[in-house]
Amino acid sequence: MTAFLLRRSLQALLVLLVMSALVYGLIGLMPGDPIDLMLTADPNVSSTDVARLKALYGLDRPLTERWLRWLARALAGDLGFSRSYAAPVLEVLGPALKNTLVLLIVAYTATFGLALPLSLWIAMKPGSWRDRIVNLGAFAGISIPVFWLALLLVILFSVSLGLLPASGTGARGPDWMDRDWRYLALPVTTLVLANVGAHIRYLRGALLDVLGQDHIRTARAKGAGRLQVMVGHALRNAMVPVITILALDLGSLFSGALVTETVFAWPGMGKLIYDAIMGSDFNLALAGLVLATAVTLLGNLLADLGYVWLDPRIGLAARTQPRGGR
Amino acid sequence: MAGASPPVSGYTGPGPVTGLLGGALLLALALLTLAAPLIESLLSGAYGIDADTVDLFARNAGPSAAHWLGTDELGRDLLLRLLYAGRISLLVGVAGACLASVLGTLIGIGAGYAGGALDALLMRLTDAMIALPLLPLLIVLAAVDLEKVGLPPGLVRSDAASLYRIILIVGLFGWTTVARLVRATTLQVRSHEYVRAAHALGVSPLRIALVHILPNVLSPLIIATTLSVGNMIMLESVLSYLGLGIQPPIPSWGNMLGSAQETMQTRPALALYPGLLIFVTVLAVNFLGDTLNARLDPRKAP
Repeated sequence: MTAFLLRRSLQALLVLLVMSALVYGLIGLMPGDPIDLMLTADPNVSSTDVARLKALYGLDRPLTERWLRWLARALAGDLGFSRSYAAPVLEVLGPALKNTLVLLIVAYTATFGLALPLSLWIAMKPGSWRDRIVNLGAFAGISIPVFWLALLLVILFSVSLGLLPASGTGARGPDWMDRDWRYLALPVTTLVLANVGAHIRYLRGALLDVLGQDHIRTARAKGAGRLQVMVGHALRNAMVPVITILALDLGSLFSGALVTETVFAWPGMGKLIYDAIMGSDFNLALAGLVLATAVTLLGNLLADLGYVWLDPRIGLAARTQPRGGR
Repeated sequence: MAGASPPVSGYTGPGPVTGLLGGALLLALALLTLAAPLIESLLSGAYGIDADTVDLFARNAGPSAAHWLGTDELGRDLLLRLLYAGRISLLVGVAGACLASVLGTLIGIGAGYAGGALDALLMRLTDAMIALPLLPLLIVLAAVDLEKVGLPPGLVRSDAASLYRIILIVGLFGWTTVARLVRATTLQVRSHEYVRAAHALGVSPLRIALVHILPNVLSPLIIATTLSVGNMIMLESVLSYLGLGIQPPIPSWGNMLGSAQETMQTRPALALYPGLLIFVTVLAVNFLGDTLNARLDPRKAP
């Protein structure tokens, strides 16, 4: 177990390292050199001054050296200064992380609160009308563009009906719970509708997989009720894929909420990364992207662990084989 | 949704009706968008309008005989813009999916056939690609200044640059599913007697890949490519909506939605149509792909 964990963590760290180098390189290719941005403040700067400024900030050094320097500082806890917020990057990341967490916890709970009973209900009678209708709805959910869904909700509930606020967090103070909860309604609805379809299809598949197995027939033959078979036997055995998708989702929701956050002006990690890239706030964009990658990798790691931990049939030896699974 | 595909055994699969419906919808959309110049010439003959004519005296107009769906915030005909935008969105979807499939096939066959260290390296790369936060990374790539990469300014500043760039970006990130599929099939086929016999007879690896392996991966490849057309259209529309994809004056459903957001208080219809078209297209692709998946894949055939 320890060896497996260690191997996976090392792999994740390697990916994170490569990703940080890649993003560092790419950010250097974005429009708006840091020196150019300074020049806009003073148009009288000569070309020798530009060279001096570049030397002063180490921008005349090769890319790899600059990246290594950034890495050394980042590991020491110094992620640099955010240009657009005029504050250390770490101080900017904190509140954004908090906002994203609030949104994700509520959306996550609601998505599963909806997907689990629905998939249990339709898996009882595959091929029935309710199965077809829920499946169709799930397909629609998968195919709908998130930003369009968000716009429609805004048009309906904010512009036309004037019922719900369309932007902002509604936070009243530093306390997590002290907020106007109505502000969560539209972004959470968007995230739930956009994600619930994929979850229903996945859970339904997992449940039907288990329902086809022998022990279910045994349980039925012994007179277990339908509900007992579904919850006590099928769901219990389908927990492995459920946990897997929960963990995998951590990452995709974390950065996948980017669009939703942007439409509803929700100052979370996704919007932060987007604004940082668009506003040439290089330090912030870099830190945000690396953090988003780290969370995604962590989700994958948890999914792998949950898999091994929950299903004793899956030997560690089999999982550590380089089979490209996850 | 990035991630593992759902377990499929025990799944009875969709009926042929949904697949036919999806295919018919796609065909209709493709024909309509391809006929855009024809419709435009008809409309310009009758009413003297075309897709790009700005008419500031007819801004945000409702439907009329000349403008069947009304006009946008600059007085351009909405229907014609939607059709031309559809060409771009469908082109990006199909071209991106094809690019991704070619890349995925090359990587998958390479990994599966070579085995050993190359296989391990390519599959770790695939794992890593899947673990990356896709959307933020695409945004960074879409924001890169192409002149700094060393491309000629003439090309970078041309209207079509944003189109080529977006196809390249979505294609570069969509190959992972195909690569895994193709590798798995390659591993399977490689151990077959006839392939080993061909190898023993001294047939070159390239010929083995083309003649023996490729035909075997074709049907999963077609399914994966079909399904990824939907993903590509979705990614293009998100990036264009965020202002990083297809750049105006070239219309795409995504960038039309982006500009419709500003007038959504006064003219919600502008935000309705482009999104509806993306939705219908992606839904049709998914219907078709899901049915193909259930019918074509020999491993799932009853």
